[in-house]
Amino acid sequence: MEPIPAVVCRLEVNGEVRECAVAPHTTLLEALRYGLGLTGSKQGCDKGDCGACTVVVDGEAILSCISLALAFEGREIVTIEGVAEGGRPHPLQDAFDVMGGAQCGFCTPGILMSAWALLSRNPSPTRAEIARALSGNLCRCTGYTKIFEAVELAASRLRGEADPVARPGVAAETR
Amino acid sequence: MARRARLPRASRTVLRPPASVGRSVPRLEGLDKVTGRALYVDDLRVPGVLHGRTVRSTIARGRIKRVRLDPAFDWSGVVVADHRDIPGENLVALIEDDQPLLAAEEIHHAEEPILLLAHEDPERVEAATRAVRIEYEPLEPVLTIEDSLARKAPLYRDDNVFKNILIERGDVERGLAGSDLVIEGEYRCGHQEQLYIENNGMIAERTPDGGLLVRGSLQCPYYVHKALVRAFALPPDKVRIVQTVTGGGFGGKEEYPSMIGGHAALLAWKSGRPVKIVYDRLEDIAATTKRHPAAIKLRTGVRRDGTLVANAIDIVMDGGAYVTLSPVVLSRGAIHAAGPYRCPNVSIRARAVATNTPPNGAFRGFGAPQTQFAVECHMDRIAAALGLDPLELRRRNAYRLGDVTPTGQVLRESVGALEALETAARRARWAERRARHERENRDNEARERPAGLGGAAAGRRRGETSRNGAGPRANGRRLRRGIGLALAYHGAGFTGSGEVKLGSIAALDLSHDGRPRILSASTEIGQGTTTMFAQLVAETLGVPADFVAVETPDTGLVPDSGPTVASRTCMVVGGLLEKCARAMRERLELFAERPIRDARDFQRIARRFLAERGPLRFERGYEKPPEIEWDDDRYRGDAYGVFSYGCCVVEVEVDLDTGETRVLRTIATADIGKAIHPILAAGQIEGGTVQGLGYGLLEEVRWKDGRVWNHQLTNYIIPTSMDASPIEVVIVELPYSRGPFGAKGVGELPMDAPAPAIVAAIAHATGARIDEIPVTPERLLEGLRDGARRDGSRSSPGSRRGGKRS
Repeated sequence: MEPIPAVVCRLEVNGEVRECAVAPHTTLLEALRYGLGLTGSKQGCDKGDCGACTVVVDGEAILSCISLALAFEGREIVTIEGVAEGGRPHPLQDAFDVMGGAQCGFCTPGILMSAWALLSRNPSPTRAEIARALSGNLCRCTGYTKIFEAVELAASRLRGEADPVARPGVAAETR
Repeated sequence: MARRARLPRASRTVLRPPASVGRSVPRLEGLDKVTGRALYVDDLRVPGVLHGRTVRSTIARGRIKRVRLDPAFDWSGVVVADHRDIPGENLVALIEDDQPLLAAEEIHHAEEPILLLAHEDPERVEAATRAVRIEYEPLEPVLTIEDSLARKAPLYRDDNVFKNILIERGDVERGLAGSDLVIEGEYRCGHQEQLYIENNGMIAERTPDGGLLVRGSLQCPYYVHKALVRAFALPPDKVRIVQTVTGGGFGGKEEYPSMIGGHAALLAWKSGRPVKIVYDRLEDIAATTKRHPAAIKLRTGVRRDGTLVANAIDIVMDGGAYVTLSPVVLSRGAIHAAGPYRCPNVSIRARAVATNTPPNGAFRGFGAPQTQFAVECHMDRIAAALGLDPLELRRRNAYRLGDVTPTGQVLRESVGALEALETAARRARWAERRARHERENRDNEARERPAGLGGAAAGRRRGETSRNGAGPRANGRRLRRGIGLALAYHGAGFTGSGEVKLGSIAALDLSHDGRPRILSASTEIGQGTTTMFAQLVAETLGVPADFVAVETPDTGLVPDSGPTVASRTCMVVGGLLEKCARAMRERLELFAERPIRDARDFQRIARRFLAERGPLRFERGYEKPPEIEWDDDRYRGDAYGVFSYGCCVVEVEVDLDTGETRVLRTIATADIGKAIHPILAAGQIEGGTVQGLGYGLLEEVRWKDGRVWNHQLTNYIIPTSMDASPIEVVIVELPYSRGPFGAKGVGELPMDAPAPAIVAAIAHATGARIDEIPVTPERLLEGLRDGARRDGSRSSPGSRRGGKRS
């Protein structure tokens, strides 16, 4: 087997142009994770089924595990590492943390990127629109309810609205 | 009622504020997970690492004749290891030592590991796996429960039975004979894949002291430790297992990590280099453990008023090719098989059998979802036969304080069966919704009838909302709605004498900077262990939760707190930590000669203690509460310290032409004693409920010649955001005196009730009572077509047949 020659790939990730060596068949996910050390994007299936690898390119959520790295030169890529603003977590990240939107956390970066792309084009999504935007991201822990609630909370905060009436997310009936 | 447990709460000294328990405090690891900083096993950078791969059997049963490495392939730099390289015993130590780490000669199931390969370049090692030629002498495999029971081939001892359990209470035959009505039913459930989003993965390396360091995605560091000590013939202190951030487990990372950890360690042992094995999704689904399939028969005698008189239950579970955890899965399944219902005469016979399929293993619920699926479907069948509302039948029979379980356990406290049931029914507006669906289904059926039979306008009206404006929109589709419920219970902690045998230990010490530090082997796998433990300790010490440090589960640093399974982490290990914290508080207050005021005060006193007296560490081990007695031989006594109770109500819409079922609304109630962290607890209930809905509706492992046929996410379907219906969770808190702050178990309970609730809702919507899950569109259409309205149950002469609905 002949070794496949590596070429230099220039990617603009999180506002920074970075280079790494890739083969022509290296995926964007592999380039990010193993070339640039951005391990926030996860590998869950390698077939574009689970969405753990989701990153945002030119404002659109894409599956980086079925995208070739070299095809993304010159595009604007945002990964989970680039979502926080000025060292402070993005309202979406904070809402996921506070509302229980993340459990094991493995699907979380991908889900956050899908939600981030959604909120940047639609600041007031309905529950159905959120569900559709996240339909390519599998989560096995949460059952999705707390993810929806987290996206809704972040959306209302991003719109500058006061938090919806504080609700614990669960009613306790104590005896 | 027997002895009443004394409540130890009088001795508690709890400072408020800052109250921690019962509040949804920020998760200690939350920020790392939402920023992408959390490092899972595949995120770790290890210089000089080799990538390991596993070559597996392609046949289900037979012998290995020859293993050959294709000479045309360039093998330079490829590390090859087989069973002869194992320095210790070739086995994965667990309950019984029957499973080899690598197959030597005999093949007992497809995907059985035979050869290990490693190389610096992941693509080269991948190519190398395809250059291994294995010649087999195949034998006819045994692939089903029926063939195993018929002893089509001898797989295990002389009867293919891994484990036999018999639980008896009262006199079942006499009870059946004296009943007004005997209802029979047979139920089946298939495999279910845990499907954590992070696949199994481990990194192993040799240490300078001649030992092994293994890091990875796992639930039970000491299980891996025990297995590697045996496989590598190393002293226990030379094997160190460290958990990395773990992307979900659900039982799938209870015992399997011992296998992949052993494989990575063997390659590292042989090569002297660090080795990483991370499965891809195909391999993970094809080769790792799944939920045990089961076939369950019930023969139940009732009085006309619905009172249960006798219940004869027969359970067979498919254990797969090796014993692994099957005896204990079977045990939990058997103990829960009669459901949370009082019944004076019960016999439960349970067997786990061997087949030539990959070993089935731990999965959230651990046998109980299978048996409670059966008993709950059966309760609905009984209700139909008696013409009773399913809610009413359960109400009449649900456990009350002082009732006795089939093993003879007296339920002494914290029995929330009725509360869980009534709360769910109230939330769901059960009677109202039920009547409404029945009315609308009748209306829809009438409208769909061809002209001349049911009304001339039927055809024209298709596609409209039903007359009252609230029915399912038809749009030319024939839709039916229904509501169903199921009640379940779940024992917290290891079964029977399990906790005594485990003898778990947890510890609390002072870190150098004077903060309390938790030392336990209980793992955070998404369910919130870290934060919940910190809350229990914080509450007891009178400090905020984020003041408490939690050490990584690392066998080099933490004591053996037992595995992170069996809904035991909060109740059992959390209870030990609460005791440690109480002792620490007492000691520091004695030292300071005054109460601790707050976190800063704690730190001041702790630092002074460290300077003047040296390290401070408290360790507590499990002590059996005196009222708990269990007889392993006779299967009698207190199977668990306490049970949690949960009810699930589901409303569905079924398309009669496509067989598709949509879940419209779900209500889940859970009596878990006390929610230490309400959001995390609710997260467990919501997530478990959706896994249960997937189990009942979508998730089917398909097999071909003993191999998984649909080992990818495109055709093994789990619920997506589009399948998730709104879930309402209500936590009911009936405190348990032995649990920390009253807490019982929460993790597994929510897995028990959703599947039978779905089946009940589908039966309510369509009249078809499907006895096998998942209720895929194919299975439902088949049920609607042939027999459909048949009811599989047989009743004694003169009795009504149930299940019919027109």
